[in-house]
Order: sequence, then structure tokens, then C-alpha cells
Amino acid sequence: MRAYKVFLRAPLTSKFGLFVIGLYAFVAIAAPVLAPYGETAIVGGQYEPWSSEFLLGTDSIGRDMLTRLIFGARNTVGIAFVITVLAFVIGGFTGMVAATMGGWIDQILSRIVDVLMAIPGLVFVLLVLAFFGTAIPVLIVVVAIFESTRVFRLTRAVSMNVEVMDYVEISKVRGESTWWIVWSEILPNTTAPLVAEFGVRFTYTFLFIAALSFLGLGIQPPIADWGGMVRENAVLITFSDFTPLLPAAAIALLTVSVNFVIDWILQESSGLKE
Amino acid sequence: MNALAQKLDSESGSDVLLTMCNLQVEARTNDRWQPIVNNVDLTLRRGEVLGLIGESGAGKTTVGLAAMGYTRSGCRISDGTIHFDGIDLVDINEKTKRAILGVRIAYVAQSAAAAFNPAHKLIEQYSETGIQHGVLSRVEAQMDAQKLYERLRLPDPQKIGFRYPHQVSGGQLQRAMTAMALSCRPELVIFDEPTTALDVTTQIEVLAAIKEVVSQFGTAAIYISHDLALVAQMADRVMVFRNGDLVEEGDTRKLLSEPARTYTKKLLAVRSFQKISVGEVKQRPSLLKVKSLTAAYDKVPILKEVQLSIPEGKTVALVGESGSGKSTVARVVSGLLTPLQGQIIYRGEILASSFRERTKAQLRQIQMIYQTPETSLNPRQRVHKIVGRPLSFYLRLSSQARLARVRDLLSLVELEPDKYIDRLPSELSGGERQRISIARALAAEPELVICDEVTSALDQLVAEEVLKLLDRLQRELKLSYIFITHDIGTVRSIADEVIVMSDGKVVEAGSKDQVFQPPYHEYTKLLLSSVPKMDPDWLDNLLTERSQGR
Repeated sequence: MRAYKVFLRAPLTSKFGLFVIGLYAFVAIAAPVLAPYGETAIVGGQYEPWSSEFLLGTDSIGRDMLTRLIFGARNTVGIAFVITVLAFVIGGFTGMVAATMGGWIDQILSRIVDVLMAIPGLVFVLLVLAFFGTAIPVLIVVVAIFESTRVFRLTRAVSMNVEVMDYVEISKVRGESTWWIVWSEILPNTTAPLVAEFGVRFTYTFLFIAALSFLGLGIQPPIADWGGMVRENAVLITFSDFTPLLPAAAIALLTVSVNFVIDWILQESSGLKE
Repeated sequence: MNALAQKLDSESGSDVLLTMCNLQVEARTNDRWQPIVNNVDLTLRRGEVLGLIGESGAGKTTVGLAAMGYTRSGCRISDGTIHFDGIDLVDINEKTKRAILGVRIAYVAQSAAAAFNPAHKLIEQYSETGIQHGVLSRVEAQMDAQKLYERLRLPDPQKIGFRYPHQVSGGQLQRAMTAMALSCRPELVIFDEPTTALDVTTQIEVLAAIKEVVSQFGTAAIYISHDLALVAQMADRVMVFRNGDLVEEGDTRKLLSEPARTYTKKLLAVRSFQKISVGEVKQRPSLLKVKSLTAAYDKVPILKEVQLSIPEGKTVALVGESGSGKSTVARVVSGLLTPLQGQIIYRGEILASSFRERTKAQLRQIQMIYQTPETSLNPRQRVHKIVGRPLSFYLRLSSQARLARVRDLLSLVELEPDKYIDRLPSELSGGERQRISIARALAAEPELVICDEVTSALDQLVAEEVLKLLDRLQRELKLSYIFITHDIGTVRSIADEVIVMSDGKVVEAGSKDQVFQPPYHEYTKLLLSSVPKMDPDWLDNLLTERSQGR
């Protein structure tokens, strides 16, 4: 009931953002039901134009574009989501521990993160993926570790501010364990910036995966994926057919929507105006 | 309204500098405009000093700011008129207003440290307004600044302006701020709690400097403070505010001698609370002993050979100015700071110097209450969790027993359990928060409670209630207190024994009567004489006395 009231007060942009995110989630979950054909089924000729049979035409080997777009929502968005959650679990936990424990633990963790951050992201991930192969679990773990360095930095900085508060000191002197202090005192007071960062990170991860796929190192064919779809069908653009831009548009729309929602959450939780 | 303003004008000619008629200011909370100042009328003559007094939230600062035609963000002037020397400050355009502010009306903020730009030298900030408005040239402004610094009795007035704000002390900074406000020789200066952040001994110097300069220049001033004794020194006339309403207005001497309203009487009677001393101090065995304690923060020595002993069931007040090391004693006793040398002996056993090496039972015996309840209560935890945690942690109570005990504790600190048990700290007032802090400390069932400036962040009347509560709890639960404070009034009301600290050393120690009755130790005498009294002549008499002494 309270959540509903808060929602009603939300600005139009964030309502739109929530609607789009909901739509994507729905499409991703219901993909097998919504899609007219199988994900990897070859159902027509190469590069068929839009028709009543193939609403958005077919791709380079005759798979239905609409079907691939729908399944792409599931794969690209789903994997990006899993990666972001994992990055927050790793980065968030280590960040709070570093801030609470301080001393040599903080030093070691921070220096490892410094080293990881010093290597350009795409180069780092390309190297590791080239070494370990491009299976989806490997992709998830590698990108999650890369993303977690940013989360670590933010969490550590935010937790440092909470860590110096008197109530944390009181808990320490009471004899509470580090685990309890992190969980009950620090985590609840860092959620606002972390939630905001979650949205931003999700968008970046999403773009990162799409970029990797575009380079041929991300999600591998024949699995439908928006980044890969742009690459496979890019040649169509020269014939002034904008179908290959649709996956790119799907990416752009989600990115914008997520940011609309984050802006609103930030405003609600931190009293940040404009 | 305008009729009234005109009437006032005609009555006193051009003598009137500022008038406010039927002023109403509203603040936006939860998407609604709520009044924070109701129908206030104010008249200020040229050269007059008007004191505004009240608790926090009384609207005194809002009225003070309105004298500049300004409101804080989220507030608006919803009704009424403000005329400054015939100019309507409400319906004025920004450009005209800018020509008045800083030049004809100036403002001195409570925290000079926050009001100065740390990146520029004092004298540059002094000259800024004058140069900006084309009133003074840079050279003129700097020469003028040096003269004014001298008048405000700043040390080394020729050179002090070329320092950065962090290179001078708090009291000096506040005087530099006053000088800055006076740089364009304004007709009106608004002082908003200018000495609240200062030590008592420094406060006197600043008060004296402000008083002298204001009367020499014949500047009209609005002096805002929560301390009636202070306002009494400065103001010719006093207005008492409460919850946005004007309670009483009158000539300072008359208001002090015959207050008409009960609220004003209460303000006058503040600090009258006295605990009843029970028994002779010496007979009690000591609970905690601290032996030759020396401590430092990063090689900067803070405590030098401090000795003290806390008797069972008694209150020992640690008094001193900021930087005297009194809070450091608390940090060492609670194990937060490891001393360089010295021992802490609790009931005959030596406590480990770090809290990490102390047992749970030892930790439970000593609890702390902090100065600012805003930072000592987790804003995301509800009252039952804040107070309940020590119960489940130390006493391992089941959730049922815990809730029942939390209710008991809330009643003990005089808060209604049903009303408060599910609240968040943000839904409590300052005094209520401090009561929750007390309840949390008591939940551990300690023997010794360290109270670190527990009343300094509270309004005087609220603070007195908290002191009474602490006194009652001591009698009922046989608690011992270490009471750290800079406020002599608090010490007078609650202490059994007093330890005076200065510069990391114990200057004087003994029972309250010994310390606070002649013959005084020199430093104690300075501290005692610096406490403002409800007597409008106190400051003048004191200054004459001190200058004769020298």
C-alpha cells in the first residue's frame, strides 16, 4: 500500500522507466510463449524482408528476427543481471569488510583492486576470456570480478563514512562481531547509494556484454543475443534496412529506462533534488 | 499592516530602522506548507540591540534571516511585510536586494569555521564585499581591516588577516567574522548564536569585542541566542520566542526582573536543579581507578599522568575546555584508545587497554552515552532494536522477554512504551533521542556509565529534564557516572566530585564543595567567573574587575 502511494507520486519519466523494465522482464520470462518460432530454428530464406509471416524479416541464415529479439531479452538482460548481482555480492562484501576491519586487510584488498582497475576493462576481459574460453559461466564470473572492483571502491568509501559514526563505535565497544556490525549497522545505512550504483552498473554491464558479443567474445552463437545480432546483420544497414538497429534500440531503451528509475530512487532516498 | 508600519514610522520618525508586520514564514514538510513563524511584529530602532531568544525550532533564526528578506531553502515568507529603512524587503527585486545585503545589512553565522571559505585568506574575504559593491578599494579595505582587527582585540592585527581560516583559533575566527560583517559599516548586523560553539573563557572575549564595536559604531543589531544570560549582556530589548510565536517582549532589565509569562520564568529558572548529595564521599569504595595515564593521538600528547578515582554510586564530573583531554579520558577508559602508559583498574582488576581484549562481562559493566544522539543512534533501526540489542547480546533474552524489558526501560526513561517502541530515531526529538541512548546504556545493566557531554546538544530546558532523569536513575539503580562536560552549570547541578582538567592534566580534584568554594585554584576561578549570569551588568563588571586585576 505504501509502495503504491510512493509509486503514484513518482514523476512521469520514472513511471515510464518502470513500465519498460516490467515489459522487458515479462518478455524475458515469457519468451518461449511469445516468440512465434524456436530460438535457433531456420525458418525462411536469408535476409527476408518484413512480412506477415516474419514480422521483422529473417537474418543471415534465415532465422526469424522477432523471435531472436525476444529471446535476446532473456539472454542478454538475464546474464547482465546475474553478473551485476554477483559483482555486488563480491564488491559489496569485500568493500564493507575493508572499511570495517581497516589495517592490512584493507590495504591488501584495496591494492588488488587498484591493480585490476589499472588494466583497461575490455582488454582485461578479452585476455582472460581468450585464455579460459567463452563459456557463459566463465563470462559471468570474469565480467563480475571486473565490475566488482568499481563496486568495491564505492562500498568502501560509503562504508567509511558510516564506520566513523558513534553507533558503530558503540557496537564495537559492546563487543559485537565484525560480521554483525557490517550486517546490522553498516549495510542498512549504505543501501541508498548502492541501489543507485546497482542500476548504473547494470546498464554498464549490459553494454559491456553487448560490446563483447559484438567483438565475438561474449555470448556465443547460436544463442540469441542483442550485441551479436547487431554484428551478424550489420551488412543490412548498407541496404538502408534498419532491422539490425532494432536490438541496438532495445539496448538503448532499457538503458534510458533504468536510469530514469535510478534518478527517482536517488531523489527519494537521499533527498537529492534535481 | 501597512497602516501599522506607517503609524510606527510617524511615531518615531526616521529613528526606526527595521519593521516587520504580521510576519508569517512557512516551511515545506511532507509536501505541505506549515507555518514556522506566526504573526510576528518587530521594530528595531537605529543603534538598538535586540535579543531574540528561544529553544531550537522556536523560529528565532528564521526571524533573524527574515530581517534580510531571506529565508532558508524550503521556506517562504507567506504573509506580512518587512521594511528596512523604508525599503520593502519582501517585494524587492534581487538586484536591489543584493545592493543592500552585505553593505547595509550583514550577518554573522554561528559557526565561523563553516562560514569562511577555507581556500582564501581572512583579509581577502574581508575585502570581498566592499570591493564587489564598489564601496572600498582593495588597499582601503585592507587598511580598514587591520584597524578593525585591532579594535576587536585580535592578536597581531597587522598580520593576522593574511592567515587562512584554519590557522587561527575558533574565538579569533568568530571575531574575524564580526570584522568582516562590519567591513562596509552596515546599519544592521544579525548575530546568529555567535558564541555557542566557543568555550566559556573564549566566549567572554568575543562577547566583549562584539559589544564594544557595535556600540562604538552605533550599529543596530539583532542578537540571536538560546541562552538568556548571554542575551542579557548584549541586548537592550529582548523578544522571547516559542514554537514560532512571540511569547514576550520587553526591555532587558524589566524582562529579567519581572517576567510576565510562565515560559519566560522557566527560562530564567533554568539551571536551578540541584541534586541532593547523599552521604560522605570518602566512605565509598572506589569502582574505577585510573593510574598515571598518558595518551597521545599520533604522537601528539593529549593526556599527561592523569590520576582519577570513581567512587561507587557517585557522579564524578570531568570539567575543562575543548582540547583539555576530558573526552580522551573517556575513550581510554572504554578501551577505544590504547594509552601509552598507565593502568585502568576496575573493582581491583586491571582492564586490558583495548576493548577487543576485554571480556563481555567487563564490557557490559561500562557503558557510554554520547553527545549527539543524531550520530549515536542508527537511523535505520527502530527503538525496540536499538534498546533490545544489548539485551539479546549480553543477557541472551528471548524475543518475548526482550520486548517486555524494552518496555520497562522505556518507562524507566519516562517515554511511553506504546508510543515509542516502533519509532525510528528520525521520528524523535533531541531530548527523546538522548533518552533512548540512556535506555540503551541501561539495557546492559552497567555499574558505570560514561556520559560524554550528554546535554550539550540539547535545549536548556530539555537538558535539565535529562539531568533530573540521570539523577533519579542513579539513586534507583546505584549507578556511577563519569560526567564529561564543559558546562559549569551542569556540573553544579549533578556532580558529587569534580575533576578540573586543562591541557591534558588534572588541575584540581575534590568534592564539589571543595572545588567550587573559595579558595579557588586559579584555573577553576577563571572557568567559574566566565559562566554568564542572569544579570545584565555581569559582563561589564567582570571586564572591569579583570582589567583592574591586571
